[in-house]
Amino acid sequence: MPGDPILAYISSDDYVRITSTEQMDAMRVKYGLDKPLIVQYYQWIERIALHGDFGRSIFWDTTVLQEIKRALPISLVFGAISWVISHTIGILLGTMTAIRRGKWADTLITTVGNLMITIPGFWAAILLIYVFGLWLNWLPIQGWVAPWDDFWGSWKYMVMPLFCVAIMPAGGSIRQTRSTMLEVIRQDYVRTAWAKGLSERRIIFYHVLKNGLLPVVTLIGMSIPQIFGGQILIETIFNIPGMGRLATAATFAFDYNIMQGLSLIMCSVVVVSNLVVDVLYGWLDPRIHYE
Amino acid sequence: MSTPVALPDEELEYKVPPKSAGIRRFIRVFFGRKVVLVGAIIILLLFITAIFAPWLAPHNPYSQDYSAVIAKPSAKYWFGTDTLGRDVLSRIIYASRTTIIIGFFAIFVASIIGMSLGLLAGYMGGWVNTVIMRFIDAMMNFPMMLFALLLAAVLGGGMVNLIIALGIGMIPPYCRLMCGQALTIKENDYVLAARTLRASPMHVMLKHVAPNAFPPLIVMMTMQIGQTIMAEAGLSFLGVGIKPPGASWGAMASDGYKYLLINPYYAMIPGLVIMMVVFAFNMVGDGLRDALDPRLRGTL
Repeated sequence: MPGDPILAYISSDDYVRITSTEQMDAMRVKYGLDKPLIVQYYQWIERIALHGDFGRSIFWDTTVLQEIKRALPISLVFGAISWVISHTIGILLGTMTAIRRGKWADTLITTVGNLMITIPGFWAAILLIYVFGLWLNWLPIQGWVAPWDDFWGSWKYMVMPLFCVAIMPAGGSIRQTRSTMLEVIRQDYVRTAWAKGLSERRIIFYHVLKNGLLPVVTLIGMSIPQIFGGQILIETIFNIPGMGRLATAATFAFDYNIMQGLSLIMCSVVVVSNLVVDVLYGWLDPRIHYE
Repeated sequence: MSTPVALPDEELEYKVPPKSAGIRRFIRVFFGRKVVLVGAIIILLLFITAIFAPWLAPHNPYSQDYSAVIAKPSAKYWFGTDTLGRDVLSRIIYASRTTIIIGFFAIFVASIIGMSLGLLAGYMGGWVNTVIMRFIDAMMNFPMMLFALLLAAVLGGGMVNLIIALGIGMIPPYCRLMCGQALTIKENDYVLAARTLRASPMHVMLKHVAPNAFPPLIVMMTMQIGQTIMAEAGLSFLGVGIKPPGASWGAMASDGYKYLLINPYYAMIPGLVIMMVVFAFNMVGDGLRDALDPRLRGTL
């Protein structure tokens, strides 16, 4: 494997007093890096399965679990908020475009939606930092205050990163909602509802939205890994001490223990949230049964 | 029952439209929306830029001008210069090669592997399907960006490794789409006919199932090129992508980000270019979808 975590560690700062090859070898033995990869992997799985022990970080003087325990709540809160925001916006605007098909509102929102899925998150971040952080001086350009520490002080730190993470899933959501809604509006039961003389509001909320949202729910579930992925870049740029920044930092330090533990936890989070979405799907659509 | 049913109806045969009508319809629908035309033109320009980079670039992308470091746009340097006094416009022009190569080859890797696995899983069914699709399901839950970041870090950056990292990360959607297509197509009578003629599974898969499954996959490939370009830019922005002195739009934006107060153009322009190109690929993907198979609207 390229990249030696021990070399990365001893060259990190001047306080590390390891100079001889013997000391480096001793460190390799300490972290089990001297064994073949397959043995290391087996031992890693064995430790987790039997003792729930994720090992120690090579680069930082902590255990992997400590690092993750610190970073995970931040990323979960951050991810959940951007997830909710992006799909609320997406479903609202998407429905609006479908109802007002061909009108100026449709053209405008569809164009905006198409632009939203093309903006790279890091570029949105640079633009916002320049305009609101450096030029207007309204918002801090980096850092993080947790909502549970200072609820009213935290939004200042959150608003720009949230925008950057949410923008792409929101665009996807607009597009997806629009096309499924257009499909549903053409159905016979919607025409029947109109013929019955129901109000537009009732038709949209009870007949169109209820059926049109089902495919959107699938997309909502699939956007969870996308939001996590987007957080990697945005957390690094805004210096938010969550899982994304930890992933980048561990990558550059070749800290394999952190990388493995972090991947496992992140994927578990995605699996669990997908399970929740699937259960929700079954509850929304009684036609679906899980065996 | 005077006319035998099996006899070909002459009149019916006469009405079969000539093949060129399909192509004409394709062109009419594809270029029907102005925005698709704009996208196609941008992509064409991108290719021209990449191919003729040495002739189009006003300066050498690697030569340094120490009298103009992090300079703002001027008559001599249209988009300004970077930290080493290299012309940003020339570097953007040269980086279009990187973008095209990585975008297309990563999609190539992902679609070849994904489509083969999906074809096998869908056509064979049974335990083959279970094994492949469970594996793909597991991969789906891995955030693509994290996967590519870790893989690129382990492999160690560079163009080839970036293609491998992005290519492997994007296998799942192709596999799932192909599997679904194969499951529907294998129920068709022509597949049954081929199997009755003792065609091998390999023959049926490659000659009958794969060609009929292709249209939605082409649409998906086009749409994903934009995503790949964006992912490549993201990885290069983080610093695990293209190695210096090679030029990449993401790496340029990252470099410019550090000098945002001195020269904001340096960070902004590469990002704008990325946006334009991704937009173009997305719009052409939309156009292809509408022209090839309107039923796909919304599913891709």
